[in-house]
Amino acid sequence: MSADKLIVTASPHIRSLDSTPRIMWHVVASLIPVVLCAAWFFGVSALLQVTTAITVALLTERATGKGGAIADGSATITGLLLGLSLPAGFPLWMTALGAAFAIVFGKQVWGGLGQNVFNPALVGRAFLQAAFPVAITTWPSAGGSFFTLRGDLFALPFTHPLPNAVTSATPLGLLKFEGKGTALADLVVGSTGGSLGETAALVILAGGIYLAWRGYLNWRIPVSVIVTVWMFSSILHLVDGTKPDALFMIFSGGLMLGAVYMATDMVTSPITNLGKWIFGAGIGMLVVVIRVWGGLPEGVMYAILFMNALTPFINRATQPRVFGTQLRSAA
Amino acid sequence: MSFATGFRHGVHPPEEKGLTSHLPIRRMPYPAELVLPLRQHAGKPAKLCVKVGDKVERGDKVGEADGYMSVPIHASAAGTVVDVDWWPHPDGTMAEAVRIKVDRFAPQVARPRLVPHWEGLTTEQVVKAVQDAGVVGLGGAAFPTHVKLAPPRDYGVHTLIINGAECEPYLTSDHRTMVEYPQRVHFGIRVMMHAMGVQKCVIGVERNKPDAIEALQRTAPNDLDVTILPLTVKYPQGAEKMLIKAVTGVEVPSGKLPVTVGVVVQNVGSVAAIAEVFETGLPLIERIVTVSGHGLRKPANLIVPVGTKLRDLFAHCDGVTTDAAEVIIGGPMMGQAVADLDAPVIKGTTGVVVLAKGETREGVVYPCIHCGRCIDACPIFLNPSLLGDLARVQRYEEMAEQHLADCMLCGSCAYVCPSNIPLSQLFQASKVALRRAQALVA
Repeated sequence: MSADKLIVTASPHIRSLDSTPRIMWHVVASLIPVVLCAAWFFGVSALLQVTTAITVALLTERATGKGGAIADGSATITGLLLGLSLPAGFPLWMTALGAAFAIVFGKQVWGGLGQNVFNPALVGRAFLQAAFPVAITTWPSAGGSFFTLRGDLFALPFTHPLPNAVTSATPLGLLKFEGKGTALADLVVGSTGGSLGETAALVILAGGIYLAWRGYLNWRIPVSVIVTVWMFSSILHLVDGTKPDALFMIFSGGLMLGAVYMATDMVTSPITNLGKWIFGAGIGMLVVVIRVWGGLPEGVMYAILFMNALTPFINRATQPRVFGTQLRSAA
Repeated sequence: MSFATGFRHGVHPPEEKGLTSHLPIRRMPYPAELVLPLRQHAGKPAKLCVKVGDKVERGDKVGEADGYMSVPIHASAAGTVVDVDWWPHPDGTMAEAVRIKVDRFAPQVARPRLVPHWEGLTTEQVVKAVQDAGVVGLGGAAFPTHVKLAPPRDYGVHTLIINGAECEPYLTSDHRTMVEYPQRVHFGIRVMMHAMGVQKCVIGVERNKPDAIEALQRTAPNDLDVTILPLTVKYPQGAEKMLIKAVTGVEVPSGKLPVTVGVVVQNVGSVAAIAEVFETGLPLIERIVTVSGHGLRKPANLIVPVGTKLRDLFAHCDGVTTDAAEVIIGGPMMGQAVADLDAPVIKGTTGVVVLAKGETREGVVYPCIHCGRCIDACPIFLNPSLLGDLARVQRYEEMAEQHLADCMLCGSCAYVCPSNIPLSQLFQASKVALRRAQALVA
């Protein structure tokens, strides 16, 4: 063996097998069942929606990011989550605009992967919510033939989407604006109106459990969110019976997708374990507050974005105690 | 897991000890040439005391101790001094070294020497004997052992802790020492306890070495308070602060030495080396080295003369495989990669590991995604993610505020980092930069 064949690196010379792309692609893989679920309920429209969002996210990443940044999988996740947070009949040109916005203003302007403060998919969605408030709250009904195109998918850019024939309100909308409840069974199975990824709570939960088991997702955040929502809404329900109960709160809307896949975005959530508990609890409180007292039927997106903004402060406040400091007996 | 047998955080790299843990220690034949750097220990390098052309016997001094924080260097084989010059050092630098052409026909018997009887000796006499024998910590840092034998009295040292954790992957030299020479370990402990005047000793051994625990228990003396404590198998269990936490439950205060909590830690191999001084009078001229790794044809635990070149060591182990990629002095977590196989085995060389292609850390470095794995790995409870961010923008003062000085470069953070960020390397460089900046101010 000649010495010039040897490599010399700094210690440690070995590393664990997990890599950032591996984590990202596992997250993508665990979302495939959620996409299939959406396709089951909303047919080919769901697939078009998700495909458009991912494709545009990747193209934007390619155009604005460093070479090879597509391979790390993060842009795919952004596109996928954005697509899943939209209604099935949302015009695709708007989806494309949202995906591009998510990558550029959600990630790249901050300095790329790892530098952004807000979850890119939610930045994209918040933009769409502000720009197209009607289209993003037009919920096509689930069911029907697989190949039925819902809503006005292929509306030309900058035209007004056609009024939709078959729509149905989301369970949260029904409750807020019409005072109607929805059967828990429908909520759990997902056969209700709503965004693509809002309707498959159990499948999302299963994906989250898989990721947590593999160590690719920190379980503290979703547990903290769900427990907080559970406790807070239970108390409200006890005090005032007309307020929704805990199970309805947990299984309706985007709570599950948000708690498991969006709040757990490593880049935009606190890095310390104590911080993760606080972060999750904050999201849970805000979700209930917005849903119960706010003007909007759903509040997961704003709750997460708001807590994203607090993440640097939570990090600073929850630094671990360094070994050998703050000892009680220290002289 | 109770705190009595472990510490919080840490990592679980593959142990890879099975390659050599069952192999008895064998003596390696003398190579044709030995290289003895004068700097083999922490503290001042030894002062040269031979010249080219001198004939030396096995165990003769080639370098004198230069002050109290220094130890002499002895010839590990009889031969002739052929050169005194700069030579590749296993730490990657060059160092002044004595080259000895080994006499092929010498019997290699050390000069007969007086073996001191330990019981009659005062602390100072034991310290002198241990220093004269050139004994240093054999766990890797090579801190002069005699200095630890005489800790300042006002700290009231009450417990001697023997480090048999050996938490680095691959390495089994301490393991085999405990299995094959348990009496020597106990004898060394006896001498140390006598010299230090402590009444209590705890030997910490990771649970993955049941045969070592059994051997030490079987041979434990009845008249001394020596406990063998099985420890959680976790890296870095053998780090001094982690071991003290595991054994006593006490955290060594940040920036302080272990004596401040009344303990002294000594590596199991160093204890055996002390025993040897008082058994045979022989100075530290050879040591047990684990030569292992998937890049090596025949891994082994060897008694290696200090000064043996890596080249000769590998030749004795049937050479390296065709896919050998990286040679590491020490273990893969904290060891030093070397490029020059002319570098010798020195007193602090616990092992030599040859990694094969695909086992090394080469690869793309991704941005930090703040996953927090490093925080869950750091045994000192630092925030390596934050420190890494600060290091990249060279904000060293802020790093100091974030307790950079407490980082012991164990590499746990870099090991778990999914983005392959060389955190330990950044921290080491930052420590150097910070020292330099502070020196300029002072």
